[in-house]
Amino acid sequence: MATREEELLAPYLQVRSVLGADGTPVGPEPDLTPDQLREIYRWMVFLRVHDQRLLTLQRQGRLGTFAPFSGQEACQVGSAYLLEPKDWIFPTYRDHGAMMVHGLPEVNVIRYFMGDEWGSRAPDGVNVFPISIPIATQLNHAVGCAWASKIKGEDAVAVGYVGDGGTSEGDFHEALNFASVFNVPAIIFVQNNRYAISVPLHRQMKSRSIAQRALAYDIPGVRVDGQDVLAVLSVFREAIDRARSGGGPTLIEALTYRYGPHTTSDDPKRYRSQEELEEWQARDPIERMRRYLVAKGLWTEKEDEDLWNWAREQVAAAVAEAEAMGRPDPAGIFDYVYAELPWHLREQKEKLLAELARRQGEVKRHG
Amino acid sequence: MARMTMVQAINDALRVAMRRDPRVVVMGEDVGVNGGVFRATDGLYKEFGPDRVIDTPLAEAGIIGTAIGMAVNGLRPVAEIQFDGFLAPAHEHVVNHLARIRWRSRGRFTAPVVIRIPSFGGIRALEHHSESIEAWYMNNPGLKIVVPSTAYDAKGLLLAAIEDPDPVLFLEPKRLYRAFREEVPEDYYTVPIGKARVAREGRDVSLFTYGAMVHVALEAAEKAAQEGIDVEVIDLRSLMPLDVEAIVASVQKTGRVVVLNEAPRTAGAAAEIIALINDKALLYLEAPVVRVTGFDVPMPYLLNEDLYLPDAERVLEAIREVRSY
Repeated sequence: MATREEELLAPYLQVRSVLGADGTPVGPEPDLTPDQLREIYRWMVFLRVHDQRLLTLQRQGRLGTFAPFSGQEACQVGSAYLLEPKDWIFPTYRDHGAMMVHGLPEVNVIRYFMGDEWGSRAPDGVNVFPISIPIATQLNHAVGCAWASKIKGEDAVAVGYVGDGGTSEGDFHEALNFASVFNVPAIIFVQNNRYAISVPLHRQMKSRSIAQRALAYDIPGVRVDGQDVLAVLSVFREAIDRARSGGGPTLIEALTYRYGPHTTSDDPKRYRSQEELEEWQARDPIERMRRYLVAKGLWTEKEDEDLWNWAREQVAAAVAEAEAMGRPDPAGIFDYVYAELPWHLREQKEKLLAELARRQGEVKRHG
Repeated sequence: MARMTMVQAINDALRVAMRRDPRVVVMGEDVGVNGGVFRATDGLYKEFGPDRVIDTPLAEAGIIGTAIGMAVNGLRPVAEIQFDGFLAPAHEHVVNHLARIRWRSRGRFTAPVVIRIPSFGGIRALEHHSESIEAWYMNNPGLKIVVPSTAYDAKGLLLAAIEDPDPVLFLEPKRLYRAFREEVPEDYYTVPIGKARVAREGRDVSLFTYGAMVHVALEAAEKAAQEGIDVEVIDLRSLMPLDVEAIVASVQKTGRVVVLNEAPRTAGAAAEIIALINDKALLYLEAPVVRVTGFDVPMPYLLNEDLYLPDAERVLEAIREVRSY
């Protein structure tokens, strides 16, 4: 006999799946065209190549501190693929995959991690908010943004990204509460990759799932296999439809894993075992999708080889473009503090420009 | 024209702004049905409804965080934080996001949020209800900081703040809310942010201050006049940006300066104004600048509040000191 508590929590412990570990369908497949399925796979391969290349660039000293997402590609693509241009995303520092899927050029991402504020400048019409490094804060921004859509009578949806560690922050709970009370078209997307830098999930919470927190806020909460891009897409499709039609917010927890370090400043061997890493790599989201496409007759080995080569070329071209840009205009640090430069910033800007002229060639250049 | 208290002028400014611009929404704790704990939003809920005058959950980080998201998506939120000390839970949103969204997105996103906060001491309130928080944010680029001292300025500055493309901290001296009634135009007008006001002209000593302390300064100036000292009182009105021209012009005129703020002494607004005088007008000085401030202690509870707050007597002492140097 299940206890009342077990009955209540059961829906939040169930993990939604579409593909088994070998790529065989185990659940209802989402309604997608063959072209869409191939495009989703292409995105994941491109993101993996991008991510590994940026890791290397960081180790070569050509990039600042970098937060890799390899292993989480299904979450990155599955969460952003179905969004429309009018929709918004509010990402963390490990969501530049989703940012690119939603329209941010790859060069922006590279420039951001090189240390150029212009990297955060999304093109006009691309509703990708700059990366939030402060944990979970962006969830309240996403909720406010979605709330504004509702107040204005528009149907744009906002997605706030956060990790498992971020669910311990007050902002996570305030965002869920505001989203619930005002029934706003927001999706709170938790990529539960099991570690907040080194601290494992069981030190973040005693709850059995993150999804179950939705119960407390009386909003839908779902748990999904984060290594299964079609499952992530499916739960997002439901959440987006619900939000757009006035049904309010959804909390989504995706079970995933980052293969690499938290950032390039940390060594995951100190807190995770090689066996655990290999277990997750055996369920790789890209390989799983490849097998699915091949089994459906939508993909060949030759196409695969071409795709990986294409991705390497794309990334190489973007890196070359980013590196050719050099350092941003030094005086630009004063711009955009305010809409108009107040007198004290005008003075400070002139002073820096005079100093640069005086010390021409002497001020150290990097980047 | 109508005779209004400062809190009525603020209420009137909000109503005028909401009638002029459908993007303006008011949000905060108790601002809706109850009209705000000081009644600053009285009647707005009835006129504009629950989508534009929003009673929020009791969560300051959530209020400012969601206001940022609203502003980024095209609204003009005016968020009320019920008391000065309660901005602390939202501090992260103010410094890490609100103040730098324009900068870090290179102008792609902006968050023109106004945060209205009943501020400072003098009403014998509970702990954490009487804080001077302006210096926390003067050292944080990207915000504008405004403190009115009259009903006329409160309305005009608030309307300017709501229209301003940058986020504005609007610190309302709560002890002035009902301290006087003044003629205030009922229609729309603005008072520019970044411009000081000469509250009293004088030749001998310049007294720079803002907010409720303007009235303490004026009282001290009247007493000084009886001793033959002609004090010029400059109401700064805006702490970010400061009106450097008005400050320098007055220093050049008098050569003797008192700076007055209610906040604790160390690294307060007064310290910045003195540094500015040092940068821009040192050679006009005929005496060292004296500052009158609160003490470097937590705001005392109500029985000792009066010991903490600078009063006219304390300011007069400083005026005498710079005059006789």
